[in-house]
Amino acid sequence: MVDVLIIGAGVTGAAIARELARDERTILVVEKELDVCEGTSKANSGIAHAGFDAKPGTLKAQMNVRGSRMMEQLSKELDFPYRKNGSLVLAFHEEDLKTLEELLERGRRNGVEDLRIITAEEVRALEPNVSEQVCGALYAPTGAIIDPFLMNVAFAENAFVNGADFLFGAKVSHITRNQETGSYTVRIRTVKGARKEHYGQNAAALPAELTIEARTVVNAAGVYADEIHNLVSARKIHITPRRGQYLLMDKAAGGFVSATVFQCPTAMGKGVLVTPTVHGNLLVGPDSENIEEKEGTNTTAASLSYVLSRAGLTADRLPARQVITSFAGLRAHGDVGDFLLEEAEDAPDFYDAACIESPGLTSAPAIGEYMAQLIREKHPAPARPHFDGTRRGTPCVSMASLEERQKLIEQDPAYANVVCRCELVTEGEIVDAITRPLGARTLDGIKRRVRAGMGRCQAGFCMPRQMELLEEQTGLAPEEIVKSGADAFILFGESGKGVSV
Amino acid sequence: MANQIRELTCIRCPMGCQIQVTLNEEKEVVNITGNTCPRGAEYAAAEVTHPMRTVTSTVKVIGGELPVVSVKTAGDIPKDGIMACMAAINQVQVKAPVHIGDVLLENAAGLGADLVATRDVEAI
Amino acid sequence: MNTRMTRQIVVIGGGPAGLAAAAAAKKNGAEDVLILERDRVLGGILNQCIHNGFGLHTFQEELTGPEYAARFIRIVEEQQIPYLLSTIVVDLARLENGRIAVSVMNRSEGLFVIEAEAVILAMGCRERPRGALNIPGYRPAGIFTAGTAQRFVNIEGKMPGREVVILGSGDIGLIMARRMTLEGAKVKVVAELMPYSGGLKRNIVQCLNDYGIPLKLSHTVVDIKGKDRVEAVTIAEVGPDRRPIPGTEEEYTCDTLLLSCGLIPENELTGKLGADLSPVTSGPVVNESLETSIPGVYACGNVLHVHDLVDYVSEEASEAGARAAEYVSGKDCAAGEPCAIRAVDGVRYTVPAVLRIGKMRERQVIRFRVGEVFRDAEVVIELDGKSYRSVRKKIMAPGEMEQVILPKKDLEEIKPSVITIRIRTNM
Repeated sequence: MVDVLIIGAGVTGAAIARELARDERTILVVEKELDVCEGTSKANSGIAHAGFDAKPGTLKAQMNVRGSRMMEQLSKELDFPYRKNGSLVLAFHEEDLKTLEELLERGRRNGVEDLRIITAEEVRALEPNVSEQVCGALYAPTGAIIDPFLMNVAFAENAFVNGADFLFGAKVSHITRNQETGSYTVRIRTVKGARKEHYGQNAAALPAELTIEARTVVNAAGVYADEIHNLVSARKIHITPRRGQYLLMDKAAGGFVSATVFQCPTAMGKGVLVTPTVHGNLLVGPDSENIEEKEGTNTTAASLSYVLSRAGLTADRLPARQVITSFAGLRAHGDVGDFLLEEAEDAPDFYDAACIESPGLTSAPAIGEYMAQLIREKHPAPARPHFDGTRRGTPCVSMASLEERQKLIEQDPAYANVVCRCELVTEGEIVDAITRPLGARTLDGIKRRVRAGMGRCQAGFCMPRQMELLEEQTGLAPEEIVKSGADAFILFGESGKGVSV
Repeated sequence: MANQIRELTCIRCPMGCQIQVTLNEEKEVVNITGNTCPRGAEYAAAEVTHPMRTVTSTVKVIGGELPVVSVKTAGDIPKDGIMACMAAINQVQVKAPVHIGDVLLENAAGLGADLVATRDVEAI
Repeated sequence: MNTRMTRQIVVIGGGPAGLAAAAAAKKNGAEDVLILERDRVLGGILNQCIHNGFGLHTFQEELTGPEYAARFIRIVEEQQIPYLLSTIVVDLARLENGRIAVSVMNRSEGLFVIEAEAVILAMGCRERPRGALNIPGYRPAGIFTAGTAQRFVNIEGKMPGREVVILGSGDIGLIMARRMTLEGAKVKVVAELMPYSGGLKRNIVQCLNDYGIPLKLSHTVVDIKGKDRVEAVTIAEVGPDRRPIPGTEEEYTCDTLLLSCGLIPENELTGKLGADLSPVTSGPVVNESLETSIPGVYACGNVLHVHDLVDYVSEEASEAGARAAEYVSGKDCAAGEPCAIRAVDGVRYTVPAVLRIGKMRERQVIRFRVGEVFRDAEVVIELDGKSYRSVRKKIMAPGEMEQVILPKKDLEEIKPSVITIRIRTNM
């Protein structure tokens, strides 16, 4: 029996796990994929929104502003990239200027600091590359950019070293409430490569099916949160996957804008933005499209060209030739429109952290706190004696100063051996990504932790070498190594067997 | 006249000359044009009567610094024997070290050419 | 960070270009040459190009890639030219004394700087990945550039696919179509966006036609299916605007998509150094000596412009090596006024792009590529707008590099300030 079982190791589930780990209780995070950060958390804008967009009085507004305020300090405690680059919402005509006034007013009511409307000249002084058509902007100095993968990884790792266990490749199939004891029986089906991670022990393989008893269940299942909720509650909810497509450009284009540049929001979302990333690339997107398929993360020619043309309104000289990859993410849009953060009315001790669409990434630290507090109030527990809320990430050789690099190399010469030449990622970093607590077991897992293969050649050169390091460090066979999903294998076995006598 | 003209792209070198081969009724080559070197004429004559190819592949290495070593047929073999040649190549395993030019299989699949290593793979 | 050593000539890259450049530099009198190679062995991409067809020009015999590389490695070993393996150059900067600071990292020596009198850039190129092609669809495993697949099969001895679709008809894609077929895979189709192949004609014959693999020109991939591993790709015909024509879609069940859609010279370091880059080739702009806009910095091979023949890479690299040796020897003759070469009317670029007549060899090779397929056309060379010479060509295609030769004595006589190279078609 575990005290709390959290479904989903995205940024929301991981943040909740870390907050709950402050107290003396057993925590198990159950994730259907083979790594953390595999759903909505991995495919979004990577923005810590200032908080002027959400309707005052909503949970979205409350969590966004609280999350935004926590973010900088948290990025230091948990060592993930954060840069307060400010954000702009551009106005192109009179109508837009009215919208800016509304946003300003909303922002003030939400408690966003230092918001102001600036003139076209001021905009161009800040961002020389924006369109000539701009006639003013809302400026939010507290807007920031973060690394969404590393924030998610950091929450999960920190929860893990403070006692939370993780199951990967474990999909919840049934949940039943035991009417006598009030606890939940959670049935799980696993996929190839499924494992249990317990801090200080080697990962253990999981059987095809297993059952876990939990006192409390937290539903942080992203676009699947409706299915999970509806397993236990008669009050059905519905989530629409709302797809957004992005294009990522080379670091050569990273200096094109310095702030995160939005257009005026529409009914479907915040519109197409143009932003630098914390690693110096340029990101444009997303569009917004309601779809049915919860795994529908495919891009489409129509949307990608729409995103480029919309982003072209923001900046007509957008360096579209520098695109190195495109991707799609699914926002978990609930029918109600706000986050659902509560104990289910007809299922005691079953908590939803559901319908987490934008600004979900920004809100994650606040949602973690909020959900932990709800559970704590009902089931108080003493503080964990040796809780350590800090984490040191993998050193980043490409961003390090010469002195820092020297020092790293002195400690371990593997930090001088470059594997991914586009992003200058060394063997030392990749080995650390694999061997650190809750380390990577997939190629995408390595990529998200240390950026190997994220550059302009997209792993063309370094994939074989990364696979070699995964084999050496984990004992996986080459044919067992996957990109991300259980069946995303890279190789079909040895050559020389195609034709025989 | 029942002479027949065949158009070929020469593969002897990367120039890729367009060669015209004239065949008589007995399927004998009577004229070759379009080639820029004697190798081209040789190729064209062979291509219309008995096409030949060099086969390159890899062979499994035991105890080497690499799992496979690259190989080639030391000369051309009949084109329709390529898959038989591959089947023979796939039967071969060698122990490291292997060196460039080492014969790994004599007269591969009886097609008239030896299989030789095209790189060094040292033992570990 | 300390300057660990000074060198006359540092060659960045130990592939075909770097090896030939280093050997030529040494042969031409440079005593102190060092090769820096990021891989664990010398030879570069040739190590995985196990097919034959190399060396006809250089050695008058037909060699495979590894054999060709071994010839040059032996020369470098015989000349006792030192090299560092698994060593990456992280930065290049020009010092006030005119030398080049080469910042280097490797496992055994850490991070250090080599101060070089001259540098030869020979870093090669990379393949255009899926993302840069904007192919929509899912992002499953099973999408490889042809070169990555080639490495898996030929070096690691592993099969990256069983049922294969190839997008792009570049030479590596064609070679891999045959290689995968020989290994028992089924290559279903090669789709090429352009109305002509990007590879050599001989490779169409011996890699596709020999095995009955269809080549669909003016076709592209419009969708990729499969969440974890590739399950199918959809191919559609494109119109003259290169956009897919609705209604022409065809789905191919497969587990693998190989991409052979162009090579991009790797010039991130060249950019850091501040050398002028050509937007057409993505390589540095060089003069007759293969010298970049930074004095003492030379470029050769695929880092300069993408070649289709390694023999020409060796030839070009030998010239760069010889020129660098002359540079460090101080035996520099008068250069003369620079004369620009303009590539117009179907000629995409030329290498070199600038000639200093005083520094020309007796016969100057000008290499170029055309932008479309030309049949029965003329390459016309003009000096200061006046027709100088023309060469008739039966066929010219973007996939095959062309060259013309300019004799020094003619240019010395005429002293042109602009040379124009254009294609004239018979209308």
